Amino acid sequence: MAAIPEQDAHAPAKLLATGTGTAGGLGAPRRRPGGRGAGRRAGPAAARRRDAPVAWLFILPALVGFLVFVAYPTLRGVYLSFTDFHVLTPPKWVGLANFRELVSDGTFWHSLGVTAYFVLLSVVFGILVSLVTAVILHRLTRSTVIRGLILLPFLISGVVAALVWAWMLDPQLGIVNIVIYQLTGHRILFLGAGGWAIPSIAMISIWKSMGYNAVLIFAGLQTIPEQVYEAGRLDGASETQMFRRLTVPLLRPILVMVVVLQMISSFQVFDLVQVTTQGGPANASNVLQMYIYRKAFGELDFGYAATMSLALFVMLMAITFLQLRIARANESDLS
Amino acid sequence: MPVTTARTVRRTRWSVGRLAAWVYIAAIIVLTIFPFYWILRTALSNNHALPTDPSSPLPVGFTLGAFKRALGIASPAEAVTQGGSGASLDTALYLRNSVIYASLLTVCVVFCSALAAYAFARLRWKGRNVVFAVLLSALMVPGIFLLLPNFVLVKNLGLTNTFAGMILPGAFFSAFNIFFLRQFMLGLSTEVEEAALIDGAGPVRVFFRIILPMTAAPIATLSLLTFITTWNDYLWPLLVTNDDSVRPLTLALAVFRQSSPQTAPDWAGLMAATLIAALPMLLLFIVFGRRLVNSISFTGIK
Repeated sequence: MAAIPEQDAHAPAKLLATGTGTAGGLGAPRRRPGGRGAGRRAGPAAARRRDAPVAWLFILPALVGFLVFVAYPTLRGVYLSFTDFHVLTPPKWVGLANFRELVSDGTFWHSLGVTAYFVLLSVVFGILVSLVTAVILHRLTRSTVIRGLILLPFLISGVVAALVWAWMLDPQLGIVNIVIYQLTGHRILFLGAGGWAIPSIAMISIWKSMGYNAVLIFAGLQTIPEQVYEAGRLDGASETQMFRRLTVPLLRPILVMVVVLQMISSFQVFDLVQVTTQGGPANASNVLQMYIYRKAFGELDFGYAATMSLALFVMLMAITFLQLRIARANESDLS
Repeated sequence: MPVTTARTVRRTRWSVGRLAAWVYIAAIIVLTIFPFYWILRTALSNNHALPTDPSSPLPVGFTLGAFKRALGIASPAEAVTQGGSGASLDTALYLRNSVIYASLLTVCVVFCSALAAYAFARLRWKGRNVVFAVLLSALMVPGIFLLLPNFVLVKNLGLTNTFAGMILPGAFFSAFNIFFLRQFMLGLSTEVEEAALIDGAGPVRVFFRIILPMTAAPIATLSLLTFITTWNDYLWPLLVTNDDSVRPLTLALAVFRQSSPQTAPDWAGLMAATLIAALPMLLLFIVFGRRLVNSISFTGIK
């Protein structure tokens, strides 16, 4: 669903991390023996017979929404990637022409490289800072207020985050550059220099998502029983040893999830780039989604834009499946 | 005594470590909060005066002029003397649009998700698991892949630049919401429900009278999360709107930034508008912060 990409971007890995989530989770212990549905089977037969029509009525809105705005657009998106389509005239089937163009399109590969660089920076440094923050917070305090405070940037829109940082990083009047100038006598064109654009945007992205990731990791830390650490202490392990030998391995499933969520949302970065650099200078921050947007709405080349979207889709699928495998492989760590 | 010494040494080392840890946390909090303060400080400044003391921690030439410009209630002469550009930002209109867009979508999608979740969690019908699996497969499709085809669809329906066009694609179905609520409903005790069924209440009545009230907490959480993501959404409104009549605030802010001059833009006005755009989220945060932290923690463990 287009309207709430953030949730959608995050949802798949979350569910896959729990094994497509068929387990009762929450309330499973409260259910009586005999498994799910046993309670209903004991219910009046008449009520049960009436269930089917009501059930279909209840899922009808969701089903229609799914068919019209997810299933059909997915198929259409795949179809459009094999066509020459400029919105005003009907799509024309061109076979693999768009894919051939994709392979030889230098700008596409450049965008892919820029996106990969952005993903690398925001995932590596973002997760590192989040992990350190979560672990330290977990050792110091359970305060919801502090966790709430660091979550704050996650709640504001990317546009707001991008605007305030564009202002603070401004070469002449930005507070960051003024401090840097006083310390070093130089100014840095954070968003105006080719080499700085992507690292700067990655920094803004990390600022925005750090709290969210830290809260997720914190929740993971709370699931590790205290006895594990007590045993470690009895064996004379130091803080660093316990972190490396106990915390990290036991946290691996949730770390994998956080990394994948961050990767998926970083791959789709758009608003931060659009507001700060618009892909510049000289395509230095022309991430894939920016390029797709320009092709589609700048040049009205929807067919080719759909092809690139499909490529992005396939890459995100690959990441999700990779995560599924890793998460499964580590499921038994705590049990 | 050696034992005491050892304990003291250990405690001091610990306190140094703890001190460093607290310093780190304090630094993180400052880094997190500072930009918000800087928005406020700049928004209360006179844009013409900003370059005279760019590092001042307090507003430079304190004035509410920037807020007046952002709300479109400053006279042109006043705006120009304070360094505003000619471009105006009809914040009140965008604010209205954002409220309509985010609340309608939230109410629709959460209600539809609750209906579906109930059917999947509590009703017994043929094909239940198959339909559930098919709907969940939507999670595999990234939102971004659906943007172009959904735009073409909305355009063909003649709904570009309308609230309907903005809201419809997200109004009926959210795999994440259905999954989340179903998960919760599976855990509810069946006893009250069975008693009601024996008393002759139908599933519709059970849903509205028993299940909905019992699911109020997760429904509130989901509504909050949906509202925030919709309010902050940028790309979809960017695609389907093309003028002020339906454009939400987040998008208008970005458009305003792009239309303001690249050299010496009206930073004070921009920051005032930014603050107004972020304010509803900040209020939600103050009221529901604890719930948000807990719900995000919960989704992480699931």
